[in-house]
Amino acid sequence: MAVLVIPVLAAGIFFFLIGVIGLLRLPDAYSRMHATTKCDTLGAGLILFALMLYAGFTPAGFKLLLLIVFIWLTNPTAAHVIARAAYRSNDVPFCEGSFSLDRTEGGGRQ
Amino acid sequence: MLDKILIATAVVLTMATFLCLFRAAAGPTASDRVVSINVIGTKTVVIIALVSLVFHQEFFLDVALVYALISFVATIGVAKYMEKGALE
Repeated sequence: MAVLVIPVLAAGIFFFLIGVIGLLRLPDAYSRMHATTKCDTLGAGLILFALMLYAGFTPAGFKLLLLIVFIWLTNPTAAHVIARAAYRSNDVPFCEGSFSLDRTEGGGRQ
Repeated sequence: MLDKILIATAVVLTMATFLCLFRAAAGPTASDRVVSINVIGTKTVVIIALVSLVFHQEFFLDVALVYALISFVATIGVAKYMEKGALE
């Protein structure tokens, strides 16, 4: 069992640390969001999947499966809502050198 | 042996949480802080699940589920407040 659990746990920690490095180092809020959604879905998903392997076919394993499904449903939704709110509130700047391909009216405010 | 690896995972995630806390304190805009708090919430859910399996307390998993739910609702609420300037 340890042969299966440890690599999956290590991959999950890797993605979490990548997400944190992106959150600290990337230049503006949108690219930070891009880094942290990976950390949310892949990092949390892989660590909880490792715990599911560790727990086996028990009620705890079923609850962990529920937790994975719930996190995979809610975290991309939350990131989308934050990004939309940041874009529409018009006070979150883009980083230097970024440009918009949005040619609709009101888009491309950069 | 696996228990110790799970504890080490929880410790690493806690350190990553403190790094996220730096961005939550220093983030230039409100949405940086919201993103950072969202990540901290996800990490907390994972840490609660790890602690639950280490100490063999299965009801902690219910706590993790409820924490994920409340974190999601809080994020949606704050995002709506940022977009409209009011909660309607």
